[in-house]
Amino acid sequence: MTTGFFSSVDDVADRLAATGYLASPAVATTVFLADRLGKPLLVEGPAGVGKTELAKAVTEVTGARLVRLQCYEGVDESRALYEWNHAKQLLRITAGRGESWDETRTDIFGEEFLLPRPLLTAIRSEQPTVLLIDETDKADVEVEGLLLEVLSDFQITVPELGTIKATRRPFTVLTSNASRELSEALRRRCLFLYVGFPEEELERRIVTLKVPGLDDALAASVVRVVGALRAMDLRKVPSVSETIDWARTLLALGADRLDEGVVRETLGVLLKHQDDIVRAAAKLDLDAV
Amino acid sequence: MSRTVDGVDAATAPTTAATRLTGLVGALRAHGFGIGTGETVDAGHALAAVGFTDRERVREALAATLLHGEAQRPVFDRVFDLYFPLGHTRAAEAHGNTPAGPADLAALRDRLAEALSTGDGAALDRLAAEAVGGFGGYGSGPESDGWSSYQTLSRLRPETLLVRVRERLRAAPGTEESEFTDRLLDDEIRRRVEAFRERVRTEARRRVAERQGRDRVARRAVAGTADTVDFLLAGRAQLDELRRTVRPLARKLATRLAARRRRASRGEIDLRRTLRRSLSTGGVPVRPVLRRRPPRRPELVLLCDVSGSVAGFAQFTMLLVQALHDQFSRVRVFAFVNRVDEVTGLIARGSADPAGLGDRILAEAELTGWHGQSDYGTALGEFADRYAEALGPRTVVFVLGDARTNGSDPNLAALKRIADRARRVHWLNPEQPSLWGTGDSVAPAYAGLVEMRPCRNARQLGALIGRLLPV
Repeated sequence: MTTGFFSSVDDVADRLAATGYLASPAVATTVFLADRLGKPLLVEGPAGVGKTELAKAVTEVTGARLVRLQCYEGVDESRALYEWNHAKQLLRITAGRGESWDETRTDIFGEEFLLPRPLLTAIRSEQPTVLLIDETDKADVEVEGLLLEVLSDFQITVPELGTIKATRRPFTVLTSNASRELSEALRRRCLFLYVGFPEEELERRIVTLKVPGLDDALAASVVRVVGALRAMDLRKVPSVSETIDWARTLLALGADRLDEGVVRETLGVLLKHQDDIVRAAAKLDLDAV
Repeated sequence: MSRTVDGVDAATAPTTAATRLTGLVGALRAHGFGIGTGETVDAGHALAAVGFTDRERVREALAATLLHGEAQRPVFDRVFDLYFPLGHTRAAEAHGNTPAGPADLAALRDRLAEALSTGDGAALDRLAAEAVGGFGGYGSGPESDGWSSYQTLSRLRPETLLVRVRERLRAAPGTEESEFTDRLLDDEIRRRVEAFRERVRTEARRRVAERQGRDRVARRAVAGTADTVDFLLAGRAQLDELRRTVRPLARKLATRLAARRRRASRGEIDLRRTLRRSLSTGGVPVRPVLRRRPPRRPELVLLCDVSGSVAGFAQFTMLLVQALHDQFSRVRVFAFVNRVDEVTGLIARGSADPAGLGDRILAEAELTGWHGQSDYGTALGEFADRYAEALGPRTVVFVLGDARTNGSDPNLAALKRIADRARRVHWLNPEQPSLWGTGDSVAPAYAGLVEMRPCRNARQLGALIGRLLPV
């Protein structure tokens, strides 16, 4: 049961790179496996390393349709799977006065009155689909139970209609910030991928790609400073998105090399807590901020 | 499956792939990883899909199918290195196995400095293999000999190469270092050296595994994940590693507490709002609205033994509670050895420098009287006398300590007084229950008065806090 998007690990890396997503070997290998084994991919990692971006990039490369389920506290069956269109059912009943009961009953629980929500949409889709279940950890534990049937067999059971099975498996990506531990049952059904901060070399390529016009030497310095900040014991270490923001800031300021003044003034782009800024400034031997 | 192998051990990989995989899974299970048969089969499929041509891909494929969390990764990597060792080390062994002399050492250090400055991973792997082969061997008999990463590293002393690597990097053509990033250089070199040391350790483990059997080494010589390390046995490095887990753990606990709080408020129907909402469904109350309780957060008192034996445990818990402070209306932390003092302020300020917390507590708070040994009886008595106002019907008290009173009076009456005033008292003991009551431990006596639970590692602590904390 493959989704059949990719032919090899290199193929994944090359095609993702073409859309502007530079994948580390771990990312490329795991995406390839998710495609080949037809299993959902659970992506964890700190905020801002490109977890959601990965799903979008895969969508773009494969020309598939993106179906997204954004999880939040209190998301439930009727938001994730399907809902009966009550208003329309009522209308149908009122319109059909004089019909026998049997006719009405069989009628109002038909496809016509079913409102598909993201999971059902993805399962029923005839065209290639990427299903993105974003921030899975924000949803309540009960929703995980709901996902189990979908993720293991790619089918959904609607009591009134029967079981709907996927005609083609969607390429499924779940993301999580680990604010809650996901259940073992869910993890077992997925391939696990941890996207951490990229290696220096890769991050430099990402910065150069995302911020065209930035001098290579400056990009290298930017990545080195960010690397040093990540090695510090901070409340919130800068992520890739912050590195890119910082590079853009430097470009906008017209800085052609890093010096104490520039770093001091722009540290707020990288660090979001005053304690962290003070701490980093002390470690980097900047004068008082 | 591909037979052209250059990453993984060439001769054996394809034929014994299945046995290697099951061996690896067995070793991981011995480390407490829950890996089912289905996942092992998936791992087999994954290996078939990526082939054996690239060792890193093999590693990632297995990680993707067998692991369930990032915390498991360090252990996995070490075990993986034993079951799927680098192929090219055979060649290195051929010329590097004889004990080497001082001249070789100097030459090796030269090449190491070069490799560190260019950051060439393959060369570093080769050098690690050579170093262990040349300087790590000990013993002579077939039973008593082995390979030691400690011995290798203490002869090679890669940390002393810092100056040389720095000079090489500065002298390298084309790197016109701007003045600012220059100050990062030393730390970067230190990180590279540390990575090299890890390579040496991996190589030594691999050689020992060849001698003693892979399964045995994978189970014994690979340290477990940080959260399963016993508090009482944890070394400095492990405590540092634990400290880094405080914040993520606190975040998870906070989410769990919030969920419990939400659930606790279920049940009572808010009639007015239910009727109001029923207007949209034609007067039929389809969705009842539940009453929201005003958020009344509990108070927490932490009473910690910070004497030498249990200091690591106490500090970790203090940091965790501090990170959770917004979940409570009030948190007060008291520390004792044989006298009690309040350290709430020290800990609040200490979040900026968690590593120095223990020293500051010992330096700034008054915790010892005539001697430096812990004395639970006196400390509990003093707490009950001096800080009785900290306790009330909404206070939950956590006492942390091993209940080893060094032979003095346990003062059960004081603990009774504390238990009577507070809503709940939990005692977390970092020792295993089989040791309670042995030697000078008076744990069973205290356990008769308050609930005492063993709490030996960070995982247990997380589970206990998530369950016991009031909502």
